[in-house]
Amino acid sequence: MMEHTLKVEALANGTVIDHIPAGQGRRILKLFRMSESGERIYIGFNLPSRRTGKKDLIKVENITFTPAQANQLALFAPNATVNVIENFKVKEKLTLGVPDTVDGMLTCPNSNCITATEPVETSFRVSEKEGEVRLKCKYCEKTFARDAFAQLR
Amino acid sequence: MSNPLYQRHVISIADLTRHDLETVIATAQQLKREPRTDLLKDKVVASCFFEASTRTRLSFETAVQRLGGTVIGFDDGGNTSLAKKGETMADSVRIITSYVDAFVMRHPKDGAARLASENSSVPVINGGDGSNQHPSQTLLDLFTIHETQGKLDGLTLAFVGDLKYGRTVHSLAQALALFNCKFYFIAPEALAMPDYICEQLDAHGIEYQLAASIEEVVPELDILYMTRVQKERFDETEFQHLKSKYKLDASMLEGAKPNLKVLHPLPRIDEIATDVDATPHAYYFQQAQNGVFARQALLALVLNETV
Repeated sequence: MMEHTLKVEALANGTVIDHIPAGQGRRILKLFRMSESGERIYIGFNLPSRRTGKKDLIKVENITFTPAQANQLALFAPNATVNVIENFKVKEKLTLGVPDTVDGMLTCPNSNCITATEPVETSFRVSEKEGEVRLKCKYCEKTFARDAFAQLR
Repeated sequence: MSNPLYQRHVISIADLTRHDLETVIATAQQLKREPRTDLLKDKVVASCFFEASTRTRLSFETAVQRLGGTVIGFDDGGNTSLAKKGETMADSVRIITSYVDAFVMRHPKDGAARLASENSSVPVINGGDGSNQHPSQTLLDLFTIHETQGKLDGLTLAFVGDLKYGRTVHSLAQALALFNCKFYFIAPEALAMPDYICEQLDAHGIEYQLAASIEEVVPELDILYMTRVQKERFDETEFQHLKSKYKLDASMLEGAKPNLKVLHPLPRIDEIATDVDATPHAYYFQQAQNGVFARQALLALVLNETV
């Protein structure tokens, strides 16, 4: 049987996000508005993973993830790895930690929240209970599970 | 030393400490006993009701005038630049608050008061934001409970009716959690107290239980807090069946302690029979009247370093 290997051009400079749970890649692309950057992006969905069976992978050229962005990523892909690439080499491996607040990134799932009609940046306080991440809207004061954020800003 | 509420926004009960709550109660008590007509002298307060609310608006406006202040504002957001010309609420608030010393508002959207406070140069007092918070109602409830019981610590209360959608009972339970009270919740399953409130009570180590009927807990209670089960949440047959279970009449209060008071945020429909009005336990009309004193206390504290 012929062996197939996945070939993706190596990044000169940029960020590689690996070990994204399969199915979350699309959400992360939207979340960080990656396609709006105009930079070259390589995406792999449902790639084989030894750890989880399947995974998603995103490589984005010339964009360097900040530690704050890595923390926001942790909300949706806590076990992802984020490597910052410079000159074809891993310059930095960012560690992901759940952030205290998430500002300006998510749409409040409460349709009666004032943030749905007024031009204001949303803000959520993050807490964890029994391993489940929850976000409380600064404005409407309602608390939501991570999965409630289907719609992204 | 200035009072802890001086020049502060009053948006959510969760923002207030036990000391803040006690300061409001003590001030309301003082103003009920010895009225003051000078505390808002030369002050202009905006009363902006983007959504109608008769009792809240009139009691806030009475409070301002009783303290010697003057009121500007509107009682229906439909006739403002915001509704007619599409101005953002943030801009409306920024302009109006530049005219006045304090800004009282009610708005149909959750979180509107918090957003207003971020765009205001003067204290914002939340008179109700959607289904979220209504702190002045909670303060008048606390003041009334304290007035009738002489304390807030260690009381036993039952909340009856719609505990799911009623922001009044949520905020009151949150506030009383700071005073180590014990709660009974009596509600149809579909209208039970939400998990997030129960979790907050758990975090404070507060004892609470569900009870099936009012009668079984009456002998233990200091406060029986009634709310209305809204017809539109059920089909007609179910509603008729439920209604009788969450309705109070005078005969049900026979085994009550002498200090038991029945409260209700009003308006009541038929969940408290009129025969309760004549019992020494009825206190809901005085509770509504206390709204003026609690709101006077809030305004006086927010606008005066010392009261």
